[in-house]
Amino acid sequence: MSLQRDKDYGTPASPAEQSVTLEIDGFEVTVPEGTSVMRAASSIGIEIPKLCATDSLEPFGSCRLCLVQVEGARGYPASCTTPVAAGMKVKTQTDKLADIRRGVMELYISDHPLDCLTCSANGNCELQDMAGTVGLREVRYGYEGKNHLKSEKDGSNPYFSFDPSKCIVCSRCVRACEETQGTFALPIDGRGFDSVISPGQHQAFMDSECVSCGACVQACPTATLMEKSVIDKGQADHSIITTCAYCGVGCSFKAEMKGAEVVRMVPDKDGKANHGHSCVKGRFAFGYATHPDRITSPMIRKSIHEPWQKVSWDEAINYAASEFKRIQAKHGRHSVGALTSSRCTNEEAYLVQKLVRAAFGNNNVDTCARVCHSPTGYGLKQTLGESAGTQTFDSVMKSDVIVVIGANPTDGHPVFGSLMKKRIRQGAKLIVVDPREIDLVKSAHVQADYHLKLKPGTNVALVTALAHVIVTEGLVREDFVAERCEVDSYRKWKEFVALPHHSPEATEAATGVPAETLRAAARLYATAGNGAIYYGLGVTEHSQGSTTVIGIANLAMATGNVGREGVGVNPLRGQNNVQGSCDMGSFPHELPGYRHVSDALVRSEFEDAWGVTLEAEPGLRIPNMFAAALDGSFKGLYCEGEDIAQSDPDTQHVHAALQAMECVVVQDLFLNETAKFAHVFLPGASFLEKTGTFTNAERRISPVRRVMPPLAGYEDWEVTQMLSNALGYPMNYGSGPEILDEIARLVPTFHGVSFKKLDELGSVQWPCNESAPEGTPTMHIDQFVRGKGRFMLTEYVPTQERTSSRFPLILTTGRILSQYNVGAQTRRTQNNAWHAEDRLEIHPHDAEQRGIKDGDWVGIKSRQGETVLRATVSERMQPGVVYTTFHFPESGANVITTDNSDWATNCPEYKVTAVQVTPVSQTSEWQQQFQAFTEQQLSHLEKASAG
Amino acid sequence: MSTKIYVPCDSSALSLGAESVAQAIVREAAARNFEITLVRNGSRGLYWLEPLIEVETANGRVAYGPVQSGDVAGLFDAGFLGGQQHALALGPTEEISYLKKQERLTNARVGITDPVSLDDYLAHDGYKGLKNALTMAPAAIVKEVTDSGLRGRGGAAFPTGIKWNTVLNAPAEQKYIVCNADEGDSGTFSDRMIMEGDPFVLIEGMTIAGLAVGATQGYIYLRVEYPHAHKNLNAAIAAAHQAGYLGSNICGSGKAFDVEVRLGAGAYVCGEETALLESIEGKRGMVRFKPPLPAIKGLFGQPTVINNVISLASVPIILDKGGAHYRDYGMGRSRGTLPIQLAGNIKRPGLVEKAFGITLRELLYDYGGGSASGRPIRAVQVGGPLGAFVPESQFDTPLDYEAFAANWAVLGHGGVVVFDDTVDMARMARYAMEFCAIESCGKCTPCRIGSTRGVEVMDKIIQNQDKARNIQLLRDLGDTMLAGSLCALGGMTPYPVLSALNHFPEDFGVDKTSEAA
Repeated sequence: MSLQRDKDYGTPASPAEQSVTLEIDGFEVTVPEGTSVMRAASSIGIEIPKLCATDSLEPFGSCRLCLVQVEGARGYPASCTTPVAAGMKVKTQTDKLADIRRGVMELYISDHPLDCLTCSANGNCELQDMAGTVGLREVRYGYEGKNHLKSEKDGSNPYFSFDPSKCIVCSRCVRACEETQGTFALPIDGRGFDSVISPGQHQAFMDSECVSCGACVQACPTATLMEKSVIDKGQADHSIITTCAYCGVGCSFKAEMKGAEVVRMVPDKDGKANHGHSCVKGRFAFGYATHPDRITSPMIRKSIHEPWQKVSWDEAINYAASEFKRIQAKHGRHSVGALTSSRCTNEEAYLVQKLVRAAFGNNNVDTCARVCHSPTGYGLKQTLGESAGTQTFDSVMKSDVIVVIGANPTDGHPVFGSLMKKRIRQGAKLIVVDPREIDLVKSAHVQADYHLKLKPGTNVALVTALAHVIVTEGLVREDFVAERCEVDSYRKWKEFVALPHHSPEATEAATGVPAETLRAAARLYATAGNGAIYYGLGVTEHSQGSTTVIGIANLAMATGNVGREGVGVNPLRGQNNVQGSCDMGSFPHELPGYRHVSDALVRSEFEDAWGVTLEAEPGLRIPNMFAAALDGSFKGLYCEGEDIAQSDPDTQHVHAALQAMECVVVQDLFLNETAKFAHVFLPGASFLEKTGTFTNAERRISPVRRVMPPLAGYEDWEVTQMLSNALGYPMNYGSGPEILDEIARLVPTFHGVSFKKLDELGSVQWPCNESAPEGTPTMHIDQFVRGKGRFMLTEYVPTQERTSSRFPLILTTGRILSQYNVGAQTRRTQNNAWHAEDRLEIHPHDAEQRGIKDGDWVGIKSRQGETVLRATVSERMQPGVVYTTFHFPESGANVITTDNSDWATNCPEYKVTAVQVTPVSQTSEWQQQFQAFTEQQLSHLEKASAG
Repeated sequence: MSTKIYVPCDSSALSLGAESVAQAIVREAAARNFEITLVRNGSRGLYWLEPLIEVETANGRVAYGPVQSGDVAGLFDAGFLGGQQHALALGPTEEISYLKKQERLTNARVGITDPVSLDDYLAHDGYKGLKNALTMAPAAIVKEVTDSGLRGRGGAAFPTGIKWNTVLNAPAEQKYIVCNADEGDSGTFSDRMIMEGDPFVLIEGMTIAGLAVGATQGYIYLRVEYPHAHKNLNAAIAAAHQAGYLGSNICGSGKAFDVEVRLGAGAYVCGEETALLESIEGKRGMVRFKPPLPAIKGLFGQPTVINNVISLASVPIILDKGGAHYRDYGMGRSRGTLPIQLAGNIKRPGLVEKAFGITLRELLYDYGGGSASGRPIRAVQVGGPLGAFVPESQFDTPLDYEAFAANWAVLGHGGVVVFDDTVDMARMARYAMEFCAIESCGKCTPCRIGSTRGVEVMDKIIQNQDKARNIQLLRDLGDTMLAGSLCALGGMTPYPVLSALNHFPEDFGVDKTSEAA
């Protein structure tokens, strides 16, 4: 293990296919046309001095260290900005160049502190390196001249500091903020010698529009922008490549370590999902892994009203196993089940479902995808034939028109959001379909061409109206449809969508979207070239979630926007491994690889491999488990890395169901909301403590590598294995990769996957097998996975959740950049500096009517329950619609959500709840109970520690 | 019968009282019941005679100047409306030797016509060039300009035709013509005189450029300090539009071209062409690196002709009279004429448009009449604040780009600033560094830090600190800035600094024999 320092070629690679041969310092070199002289030289090991150039950013040409001489050319061109030309003869080292470089360095150092030995960048400072490289021996200007050495340090950001006295004004941070992140929060202020980097408008970093993605810190060649963790701990001694455990982008990171301690997480330049970019979560919010709240000892208790008892692993496992056995003996084989985690590895999800099917002997396994993207799995499987997105993230760079439906990439999938914004800045058109004015609608140098600000719950009407325009205005790619899709289903669909009641004029009353705007958007999508649709939970979490997914697939097929780069249907998966957990057979009706349990052939494959007989009937879904618990037929649950008590809808119902169970086993990092109802607590391991794989939203299987030992002694799969063994079904895996080998044997789309391959390729997109040994970036290229694409009818059925005079507003929910889902991780980091509470966003008109001012406490009451939050009055909302995030358990967002769910998959309708909002002066009854219960449970935990 | 009286509206004349003179004339004429037509013309460019008023007589226009409002009654008394003698009488304008010896091609109409009168413009050969151009293929227009030998008058002296040819051959849906009217060099005013005195010639030149390269939109990037030019340009653009010389169907040809004036915000560096483009795009005025050349990837990333006012204003006459006519003026590779601006410590400051080849000495003495102070002229700075100081020993150098380059000097935009023997050249060197420090955009290191260090080093030299070492450091810094700067601001600041040191070492307290290089 050593510290990997990435080679920096100085300028980005040229995508050109034609190559050019030139001579540098007498060596011949052939590079793609458009390559800079600097990169060409670097490619043969000739490193030209540089400071403002770095290969993640476009060349800038400001530092003037990289000047070279070109035979026959006048002057001293900068090698970073000079493209190669055939036959060019370049000299990178001459006496004159040495003089210029020393002259430039002498100027730099005349305005730089001489505290190298105590500087946080010592050992990793490009300025220091360049001073050495050019042989600077003296600064004849002295140090008494004009300088910036007394500039004030800005420590406002919790994760990095900004020390302008060390700044060399190379603008790498400014350019990273613009080019890489797309936030434009960092301008240069002043001119000439007085030029300084200044966040926002003379603001501190935290007061500016900075989103703390870390791109500037990453780009800084000196200690000017530096992680506070490096300032505290010093430079790392080794590094390990692993994969982020936050959202479905699945960024590759280099964990820079000192022993078993993470010094910093650095986005991996070679990461194929993130190309060296990151967000505030993955880059900085890893401190939860070593937070004092981590529970590192197994615990048991007979009743949730009793204090916890710390016990040995053996005792805890044996207790859990004996309880499950007891329950099954008493209440039958089907009285227990388990939930796999979309945050754990593929291997761990696989093992939990295997435990259910082989050790419990039933199919009662489900996963949190139930409450997020289960409609994606269903809808895309039915239409295209595969339960996954069709593209790579990079595909967006070839899109001409981007449609974002019910997704908020700049908050939910920030690294991909930045890539999308980059493409939009390059000129791609943008259509946003969202009830709320998300940042993409209008932010720095990005503006949606159309924002279809629909009323929540009317997606199907809108999507079908888009289809209506495409069909009735003759915009269907008939050639594509004829060749690639089912003739019959297309004909029926065409007739269906052409019906007058699907016209934008007819649906306008329901959707609230002006017909002309919708028509224009439909025309743009159908005719602007490569059209790509990205969608999120705003599509799936509805009573007609699956219908909208189907409608989206219909649109893509009708316009020929499937099967190549730049197009496609792209679900933005919420969690790091939600794609993977679904792939691994976490649903009660599917074995790994999306193969139905009723298929005897499939079953026999697994039966042979696992040595058991498998049930042919699907098991219980999460909501069924709750219902069964309440009717007394479901008594035991093994819940790994999921917090159903906070994240599932209709909290009171969930809590009642959990309380009705006899044995709830929670395996987690923290005493989460579900654990408050648990009888056995098995300490989990964070992503830093285990080896395995995650699969992101683009089907990319990426390696997770253990960088430190599990705090509680075991990786999560080891715990599942112990439990299985204790239940009497033997498992004997030696490592995560060994489990992956079994998955590869049993899942056709994984046949070619192994940890060895991931070591070699970095990551790989499934299907990865004999016909695609290096994986499949784009799906459905020549034909759909199901053969012919299938159009399906999408009749709009309004949700039963209606507004009324008692509940006149619609509540919808979403996420924010700095917090992650239930917040168990991010709330235990300094990300709270950005978002310390969930708030209710309300339109000024609705607020005024109710006498609500910004910051007031308001009660939000639905037919289901009531909670209290503070209000943010915002024109992002449309009148009649309110919005909140759900990152804090005490917010009780799910106290008010209903038990409505998707007709096909039971995905809850989180996005539509009729509510009334009123000013209040105290927390809700539920919140008071919640607080009392939490205090009680914490005291039970404290007693365990004391004991 | 009405008598035509010309009172300039040029800002130099206005600053010397032309407005009150005009009012006084109107007042006096009314009081005396004389019928007059007052024309507000541009300036003839004889600044020591401004406000210079002219009266149209049977024998042509006769001049009086410098006239103050208090002189007006006396002029009426003397019968100036009939061209009669007066203490301020200068005789027939065209016979004033300063003017008579000039070769005014680009400035042919300046001072003669009413700048915002399209009729006047047309009556004085205006839009003849465009008429010809409309009958020509784009490549033929470019060839005519190439054949004329016209080189960029902004200072870089790049052949205009070659630049246009690059843009012509760059495929793009949208191309632009950008006029650099950010005339910021000290001692220069020829752009201003054109824009105030004959704005149509610039608009015509840009229109021809548009036809030549296939651009349909032009921008004039005008320094904010030129409000009168702004007014006249906009008036001329409106008139040209009205008459169909601009717009979607130029002279019924079906070809389109439009011009819009954009105002700068006071940064000298925005006269650098790429910083200028950034500024028009609404960004901070920072220099871009080249390549890509603006001709390939210029304004909004599109192929762009960017030319100085004088370059573009010289195009109509080239298209009117042919490239050969223009090429016949000049010497060597410097063809045509250059509007030279005499300023500083000079007796007769003003505009002298002459063919290349005239010497500095002729300009300074035959035209300029020597220093204003009457003391010997010791040095002149040619080409703005980044131009070299030229010592008396080089005054016989002909005005020619190559001849100046051979002396490590530049012609630049044709500004000549004169200093007598009281000048302290070390202070001038310090000033040059200070100018760069104040105006640096801050992008490249040699300019951003180097200019500030340069001032500090000059201070040490002036204060006699560690002289030899600091002189060496100044020379090394000069080399770093020359070779290393991103644009001409940092890259040419060493010209005034090192030329001062080389030609006038004694002002730096250095032995002349040991230092002169």
